[in-house]
Formats: sequence, structure tokens, C-alpha cells
Amino acid sequence: MVEDQNSVCFRTLHLKEPWALASYRSVGGYAQWEKILKEKTDPAKIIDELKLSALRGRGGAGFPTGLKWSFMPRSAPGQKYIVCNSDEGEPGTCKDRDILRYNPHQLIEGMAIAGYCIGATVGYNYIRGEFYEPIDRFEAALKEAYEAGLIGKDIQGSGVDFDLYTHCGAGAYICGEETALLESIEGKKGQPRFKPPFPAQFGLYGRPTTINNTESLASVPVILEKGGQWFLEQGRPNNGGPKLFSVTGHVERPDNFEVPLGTPFKDLLAMAGGVKGGKRLKAVIPGGSSVPVVPGDLMLQTDMDYDSIAKAGSMLGSGAVIVIAEGTCMVKVLANLAHFYAHESCGQCTPCREGTGWLARVLHRILNGQGRPQDIDLLDGVAGRIGGRTICALGDAAAMPVQSFLQHYRHEFEYMVEHGGRSLAEAA
Amino acid sequence: MSLRSAPLAVEAPERARDGLFTPEIRAQIDAHVAKYPPEWKQSAVMPALTLVQEWNGGWLTRELMDDVAAYLDMPPVAVYEVATFYGMYDLEPVGRHKIGVCNSVSCLLCGSEDLIHHVERKYGVRPGETTADGRFTFKEVECLGACRHAPAVLVGKTYHECLTPEALDKLIEELD
Ligand SMILES: Cc1cc2nc3c(=O)[nH]c(=O)nc-3n(C[C@H](O)[C@H](O)[C@H](O)COP(=O)(O)O)c2cc1C
Ligand code: FES
Repeated sequence: MVEDQNSVCFRTLHLKEPWALASYRSVGGYAQWEKILKEKTDPAKIIDELKLSALRGRGGAGFPTGLKWSFMPRSAPGQKYIVCNSDEGEPGTCKDRDILRYNPHQLIEGMAIAGYCIGATVGYNYIRGEFYEPIDRFEAALKEAYEAGLIGKDIQGSGVDFDLYTHCGAGAYICGEETALLESIEGKKGQPRFKPPFPAQFGLYGRPTTINNTESLASVPVILEKGGQWFLEQGRPNNGGPKLFSVTGHVERPDNFEVPLGTPFKDLLAMAGGVKGGKRLKAVIPGGSSVPVVPGDLMLQTDMDYDSIAKAGSMLGSGAVIVIAEGTCMVKVLANLAHFYAHESCGQCTPCREGTGWLARVLHRILNGQGRPQDIDLLDGVAGRIGGRTICALGDAAAMPVQSFLQHYRHEFEYMVEHGGRSLAEAA
Repeated sequence: MSLRSAPLAVEAPERARDGLFTPEIRAQIDAHVAKYPPEWKQSAVMPALTLVQEWNGGWLTRELMDDVAAYLDMPPVAVYEVATFYGMYDLEPVGRHKIGVCNSVSCLLCGSEDLIHHVERKYGVRPGETTADGRFTFKEVECLGACRHAPAVLVGKTYHECLTPEALDKLIEELD
């Protein structure tokens, strides 16, 4: 049976003080962890269940979580680590913050189980520094979990150790990139590492490490409770489960919605109250600011799962659905995105450091009425020379919006250049 | 990027550690150091800078960064690298409060520019500047992860969501 809403990461949301240990216990929390400790479940069995569930990484890349865990040299000697990515910084994305605020114990249980499966006795949760309230909630939950003997040394006499710590960021989007995040925990600037080697071989402190998004890890206890098959059936083949969608921008009731993957976009839009002011839907950025924009008409025929959105020419990314109404100037929106990537480029790779600055400056000049006719091709050219030429995907994240905005809304850019900075969309 | 993953520890700290900061701050830094492998004291550099910055009224001096370096057995330059890389460290004097208005895309679509223009006009500060009376430092910040309640503003350690210029004004007027 497909359950409608809030069946996984938000399953405590209806409770009073949903973040408290007692609340989490009341929905069956920590039962999977205790069962594993008692039965010494074979990690390979848990990983098989995850593979069956078709849980794909919720941080943006959509990589199958079970497969990722299976890359870890579980029984190799020496320290291994599980790291949670709670750096949530992709514009439009606001779901991990609510998991930390309203269901922190489920994340702790998910991390403990992950640690058990990959052979890691230590975990770190990297939470962005601005999340003061979520950090406090997570720390309070950690304290409760330690006091209740759910984590720590020789947990419940099982011989299993698992220590979990919070590491706070300090304001850098790039630290959401998993290897920049590891550098940051090592007390350095957050500059991504060249891969290979991948973190499963050479991760935190040079040791084998698995990095997963908050939502991915928090999904694990429910998958084990209800079964991989159940989770798979909540979504679509190869797209298991419900997923959190942050629906923001021009909608009547912006919010997070935990709904099955494969939910038609138009239904999701209706849950958010439709387009603000009853306006026509112009465009949607369906997976966080880094993914290609999709025209509204096409989006209305698209379903919200990884494969359907790929067919529509974009990506599900982090599940941040940014809705843009008619009357919005697309030049202005793109200039805002370009400014973000120029500001957040770590400066390590020349194409990204220089290219993101060029994109932002050229767009700024077009907005200010100083655009030149050749600027539009210049934007396309610069974007094309960043993508695929950098150590991490921030370069692609900066290039894809530019290319897709020009593909679908080129006339707005041309109009603005020809009319000294006047916006076609706002004039109409 | 090399495969080196060893701490940058200096052999002998240049300064005595006792007497740096306050005993409370030293204890808090030590609690962070304890989370990481013993040879990786430098992993505590971010929380240490955060603590010291707060103690110093919201910004870091070169001397304080040097003290953090000495305390964690790091070369000072490694601490400067971190302090200059992350946006939440301020290396110049700041106002009594910090106000960060998010101007990323979801907030933009919900009117963040009105907030920014309002603050600029009414208080005479541009992003990055501090009001003449020292009440607050005004920042334009990137996505705060609160997009479903855009526009979002961070005042000190507290999020304020779905703000109008009037509501932001009220918040500012309440600051000392
Ligand atoms: C520039 C950049 C920023 C990223 N930011 C985040 C982030 O804030 N949170 C996150 O979970 N993943 C982020 N990612 C993706 C991570 O690198 C990584 O793929 C993810 O944390 C893996 O977890 P998952 O497999 O559970 O999704 C980012 C990637 C890039 C290139
Ligand atoms: S865009 Fe402003 S909080 Fe995310």
C-alpha cells in the first residue's frame, strides 16, 4: 500500500515535541537498531535490503545508497568513518533542517546502522553553522541517545561501539561537496579533492569513509522496519520511496512535502496551493538551483522522480522545487543564480573561479542596460567551457542554469540587450 | 590535490597555552578536540574560531587567530586560511548585532530585495557595512535553508522567516 504523506523522515511530525526520544520511541524508533545489536544481523543482509529498496542518495546526485555502502572495505583493519552531510546549502533546499529539528533521533539511528554496516565505529554529522536551532536539537538528541545507552561503547552489551559527534560548518556552500566537507572536518579550507581515490578508499583522515545526506540516512530505519520491498513500492522502479520536496518560490503555501517519488508535478503544485495569485506557471527549477530550468508547460506533464525529470531535461537533485510565475524576469533570476556560484566557488579550479565571475559580471551588465549583442553567445561559451572541466560539480552547477535559461528564454536576454536593460517579462 | 592527509602540526608551540582566552573557552575548545583523533587537534580549528570570535564581540583579530594556532599546535597561516575562507568569520570590527538577509533565489522570488533596499535606505548601510551607531552589521547572505518561509533573515543566532520590511524594522528597533 502506498502511504500518502510523512511516512518516513517526517513520521514524528504529528507528535507533540516530535524531536524527543520518547516521541521517536512511540513510533517504533530505535527498534531496528536494537534488533541489529541483539541479532548481530549480517551487514550484507541490511545492504541487500537497501539495494532492494532502490533508495537513491537524497543529497543531489541520486547515487544508490546500498551500492555506496557495499564499496566500503568493511573488514579491513583500522578506523573507518560514517559522515552525514547536513550542510544543506543548495538554494531552494530546506528539508534537512526540518529533519534535524523535528526528527533528529531517526538520523542518529540511521547513522548508527550505517556505521554498523560499513564497519565504522565513529561518525560525524557536519551541520552548517547557521543552523543554530537544529544544531541544538541534534546535540540534545545525541545526549539523550548516549544517556539511554543507544550509542557509545559496547552498546547494550553487544560489543558494538558507535560514537557520534557534531561538526559545525561556518558558512561555505562548497562544504556540501563531500570531499570539501572532509577537508573541512580536517580543519582546512573546504576545497574539494580530486577523485579517484574515492572516499570509500581514502576519506576522512585518509581512512575509508562513507558520506550520505541527512535524508538518505534518516530513511534507513524505516526501510528496515517496513522492508525494502515496501519502500520500493512507495515510489517507482529504480526510484524507491517517498522523498522530501521543498516547494518554494511563487506558490500559495510553500512547504516541505514528503510524497512518493513519481507523484505528478501538478499534484505537488496543488498541495502547495498552486501558483501564487492564480498566475500562470512560467517555469520550474525542479531540483535545487544547480539543475536546468524546465518550462512550466512541460513540467505540468512531468512526474517527480529521478528518471522522469531526467527525461524532461533536468535533474531531481536535492528535491528543491522552485516555482516561477508568469511575469518573472528570467534574466534577473539567472543573474541571481550566477552571483551565488561566483560567490561560492572555492577558487581552486581556474575555469570555475574565473568563469563564474565572468558569468555574473556579464549578466549584471545586461541587467544594467550595458549588454552587448555578443554577450549572449559569450555567456553560452563561458558556461560551456566551465562544465566538465573542474574538480567538483560546482562548475557544472554554475553552467547548467545558464545553458538552460538561454535555451528556453533566449528572447528575454536578447530583448533586454536591445532595449537598454528593459525586461520583456516585466513589461508584458 | 595531493594525497597528503596529515595534520600540519608545528613541533613546538610558540606560546604557552595556559593563559590563552579564558578557562571556560579553553575547556570548550578541549571538548571539541576530544571528538577527533589525538593527532588531529586541528580539526577543532573551526569551533575554536567560532568560540573565540563570539568571546571577542563578534570578530577575530590577527592576535586571536595566532592564539588559536598556538593552542591547537597549528602554523598561524593554516588558521588564517580557515578564517578567511568561511563566511561566518569576521576579520574586521562588527556592530553589536549581525543581520544577514538571504538573497538567494527562493527569497528573491519572495521579496528579499525589498528587505535589502529598505535596510539600505532607512539605516544608511550597504551589505557588509555597520551602522554609524554600531548597532548592527548588515550582510547579504546566501541561502539559509529556510526557503519555504522566504524571505529569511538571520539576526544573531535566530532565524526570522516570512519577513516584510515592516516586520524586519520591528526586529531591528528591538535590538539594543
Ligand atoms: C557544490 C556541491 C554542493 C553540494 N551540497 C550538498 C549539500 O548541501 N548536502 C548534501 O547532502 N549533498 C550535497 N552535495 C552532494 C554531495 O557531494 C554528496 O553527493 C552527497 O552528500 C552524498 O550523499 P547521498 O548519496 O546520500 O546523496 C553537493 C555537491 C556539490 C558538488
Ligand atoms: S533561498 Fe533564502 S533561505 Fe533559501
